[in-house]
This record gives sequence, structure tokens and C-alpha cells, in this order.
Amino acid sequence: MIRFIAGRLVSAVPVILLVTLISFLLMKLVPGDPAMIIAGLSATPAEVEHIRQQLGLDQPFLTQLLTWYGNLLQGDLGQSLLLGRGVTTSILERLPVTLSISFYALFLTLLAALTSGTLAALRQNTWIDQILMSVALIGVSLPNFWLGLMLIILFAVWLGWLPSGGYVPFLEDPWGWLAAATLPAVSLAMLQMGLLARITRATMLEVLRQDYIRTAKAKGMPPWVVVGKHAFKNVMIPVVTVTGIIFSLLMGGSVVIETVYSIPGVGRLMASAILRRDYPVIQGGMLFVAAMLLIVNLVVDVLYAWFDPRVRYGRDGD
Amino acid sequence: MATEAAALTRDESWLARLRRNRVLRRLRQHKLFLTGFALFAIVLVMAIFAPLIAPLPPDEIQFRHRFEPPSLEFPMGTDNFGRDLLSRVVYGARLSLEIGFTVVLLTGLFGTAIGAAAGYFRKLDNPLMRVMDALMAFPAILLAVAIAAALGASAVNAVIALAAVYTPRTARIVRASVLVVREMEYVQAARACGATNWRIMRRHILPNSLAPLIVQLTFIFAYAVLAEAILSFLGVGPEPPTPTWGNIVAEGRQYIREAPWITLFPGLAIAMTVLGLNLLGDGLRDALDPRMRVQQG
Repeated sequence: MIRFIAGRLVSAVPVILLVTLISFLLMKLVPGDPAMIIAGLSATPAEVEHIRQQLGLDQPFLTQLLTWYGNLLQGDLGQSLLLGRGVTTSILERLPVTLSISFYALFLTLLAALTSGTLAALRQNTWIDQILMSVALIGVSLPNFWLGLMLIILFAVWLGWLPSGGYVPFLEDPWGWLAAATLPAVSLAMLQMGLLARITRATMLEVLRQDYIRTAKAKGMPPWVVVGKHAFKNVMIPVVTVTGIIFSLLMGGSVVIETVYSIPGVGRLMASAILRRDYPVIQGGMLFVAAMLLIVNLVVDVLYAWFDPRVRYGRDGD
Repeated sequence: MATEAAALTRDESWLARLRRNRVLRRLRQHKLFLTGFALFAIVLVMAIFAPLIAPLPPDEIQFRHRFEPPSLEFPMGTDNFGRDLLSRVVYGARLSLEIGFTVVLLTGLFGTAIGAAAGYFRKLDNPLMRVMDALMAFPAILLAVAIAAALGASAVNAVIALAAVYTPRTARIVRASVLVVREMEYVQAARACGATNWRIMRRHILPNSLAPLIVQLTFIFAYAVLAEAILSFLGVGPEPPTPTWGNIVAEGRQYIREAPWITLFPGLAIAMTVLGLNLLGDGLRDALDPRMRVQQG
């Protein structure tokens, strides 16, 4: 097991190096002089020069690269141009907001997807199956920002049941948090719900055809034990595999959803940084999210190997 | 008689072959595929014949008609400048499909090249795929938005950003099928006969790895349409007043209480297009290879 984890860590090293390099190179994509673009058309040459120095753009390329890595090793992602404070602090301050909504969305995803996927598989080719899978397919096809706006129209403007935006910290007011976080979490979860419901159904159908399910049925086990215990455990394997993808979709989605609902999280920080060309925040935020995802994937890999020894002893490849 | 029969078979050969084709037959019987085909066809017709379908130019401002709710004169209503929303949504289809199709083309090209090289030449595999892994370590939307923001907001840059994001995902799929096909006996046979790498790749490996690629590209089309809308919505897509669906939703957002129809219709158009493409992708997957499972982005 330790060998497996060590192997995974070693193979993650080149990817981490490349991820940091890509984050660094992002600013090199800016056509022309980034300092001019950041400063805007009305800036004086002195202001442009100030930004250029602040970003170290007056240094040679290699110096910039080495400074970037040197700072990274100290956990320093640079200074935000507009917030006037460190990128790392800005992200960490907003992280609990994003995480709380993401976990809420993840909870909704698992609840809805696993039940509907299982139900659809058990009632294969009936109207229940067709309706559930149509909903799943529509969930995969709806643009999340638009869904968010439609939910605002319906639940905030017309019915007045839930607030149309904003955020209340959970520890201050749990009910307020729930009211504020529900619409964003649903908008955020819809895509993954559809995706996971489809995967759950497909896997469940496959598992239900296995011999051990027939054995369990033949020895007179109640159907809910057969499905709930024997089948469900095996369905969880592919579900664990897509955890990384789900996290990735949640992080990408929160940029959009936090903008729609004016939630002060990492996503909206990124979205406003993008609109206002605050490149250090964009670079730092990208790197931070990617690092988080790499860790999630690593943990998933390890858990996966823990639960399924075949992975541990199998060929170390894809 | 005999010559007549021969002529007959030759005449109907390609049509008959098309009719007997296993894949096409499966597709014709696939109800969901046909639904997807119909949905996508509607959007495609809208895009191609936009000038004929749109009642007004998409950017014609009529201050007398600001915020008109949907009516016979303005089937989708008008926006804050009194522009006809039906016309804007119809022209939006044009740009969405253009961008989606270009992304598919570029992704198919680069994804195939990189995936095939990685799968076929062992030495290239590790370096190429680590770069792809690194690109995939970022959430797709976030990377696309960041690249588009760095390059500057425009349709061309949106295409570049989306192609950069979806190429690794395609390369991985091509690589996986090339890895399987290269071990086939007919490839060994071709090599034993002295065929060059290029010929083996072109004649044997790529044609036999095509099915998953086609399915993947259909889904990429769907993601690209969705992602383009998100880029526009966040302000890094084609600049307003260009009528893209994402732009219209973003503009309508401010008036969501007074004029919800501004946001409603372009969103429905996106959903219809993406749903159509997803159904097409599902159908193609079932027809081309029933063993393949649910894909993800």
C-alpha cells in the first residue's frame, strides 16, 4: 500500500510541475504589454511602469520564472493588483464559502443521482426509467448560469420563497445559510446529477446481471437487501472513480454560479479578476484549484486501491 | 439478363449498401437519436437561413418597442434597446454553431495527432500525456475562461481557448483506442509486409480507432456550445453587441424582474442545441459500439 501511494506521488510530480508552469505561462498569452492592458487606456506612463515593476515584467523571462517558483515554494501566489492584498489570503478567506456550497451540491448530487439511477435500473424500460433518464439528460444539457437565473425568477421573484442571492455563513445562522445556499447548490448540482444518474443506472444494470446477485436472490434474500447491500456496494466503484471529475465540475461551476448569485466565494473572486484583468489572482486561483483537484484525485486513487486490491497489484498504468 | 442484373446491382450498389449498413440501420431505429437529429436540424436551419428567418436585423434598435413582452409582432419579445429577440436568438445560433464546429474541427485534428502519436510511439507517450494530464488538472471551464481572458475577448480567442481545453480530453480517447488497435494481428501483418509507420497509421490504426472519436467529438460539440455561452456570459466571449446566446442572457440578467423573457429564450436555445447534440452522441455511441458507456467531460 505504501509503495502504491509513493508511486502515485512520484508520478504526480511532473504533472504538478507542468501545472505550475501552465499557470505561469498564462500571463505570457496576453498579447502586447500586459502592464498596459491592466492599467487601461487612461493610465499615465508612470502608472504603467509601476504595474510593470509590481508584476516583475521588467525582469528577463528566466528571472520571472525562477521568482514564480521561488515564491510558490513559500506558498506565496503574489499580490492582487486590485484588492491590494495577497492572492493566497484572498483565496483562503473565501474558500469556506465555496466549499460549503460545493459540499451541499455534492450531497444533493449523490442523493438524487444514486436513488434515481438505481430506481431507473430496477424499473428498466418502464415509464419511471424513461422519465428519470429524460430528466438526467436535460440536467446535463442545461446551461448552469441560465438555470440559476430561471430558479431566481421562479423561487425568488415570483414565489418569494428564497433569497435571490447573497450568502450567510453557516455558523452565524444555519437556516439563513440553507435558504441562501439552496438555489446555488441546486444550479451547481444539476449537471453532475444527470451525469452520475446515468452512470449509476448503467452500472446497476450491469451488476444486477452478475451471478452473485442471482445467488443472493436464489437463497431467498429480500430484494431490498440484494439491491441495497450486494449490488449497491459494487455500484459505488465507478461512482468513486468519477469523484475527481465531479469536484472539477463543481469548482468550474462555482465561478459561474457564484457570479449569478453574488456569493463572495473563490469562484466570484476568479470571475471578477478575469473581468478586471487581475492576472495574479487568475494565475494563483487556477493553480490553487488545480492543486486541490490533484490532491482529491490522489486521495481517490488511494481509496480506490484500498477498496479494490486488484488495482494495487495490477499493472501500474492506466 | 445476366448483364442487366449486373448493371442493376452496380446502379443501386452504394444506395443499397447504405441501406444495409448496420450502423445506419441502428441509428434509424434509435428514437432518441432521431429526436436529437431533429432538434439539431432545427438549430442548424436557423443558423444557415438566419437572414431569411429573422424578421429584423439582430442589432436594429427601436426605442418605441423597448421591453415588449412576447407577442405576435415580437414572438420572443424585445430587449432594453427594443431589439427583436427572435432575430437575435436566430443569429446567435449562427455564431454558436460556427464556434462549436470550429472547436470540434481543431480538437479532432490536434486530439487525433497527439493521441495517435502518444499511443503509437512509445517514447512520446509519457511526455505528451503528462502535458495533457496537466491541462486536464484544471477544471475545463476555468481554464477556458482564463485563456480567453488572457488572449482577449473575441470569437477567435474563444475558439482557441475551447480547443485547448478539449484537445487533451480527445487525445486521451484516441490514444486509448490506438493502444488497443496497434496490438491487433492485422497491424503486425502489415508491419511484417514492410508497411511504413505512416501507412500503418493511416490505413489501419486510425480508421479502426474512429468510432470512439466520432462519439467524443459529438459530445465536444455539445460542451463547446455550452462553454461558449459561459464565456460570453462571463464577458470573455465575443464582445457585445454581437448576439451570442451567452451575451443575450448576460444583458437580460439586469432586467430579470421586469423582462424575464430576455433571459428565457436564448437559454432555451442553448438547452435545445446541447440536448440535441447529447442525444446524437448517445445514439452514435449505441450504434457504433454498444459496449461503450456513459462519457464524461
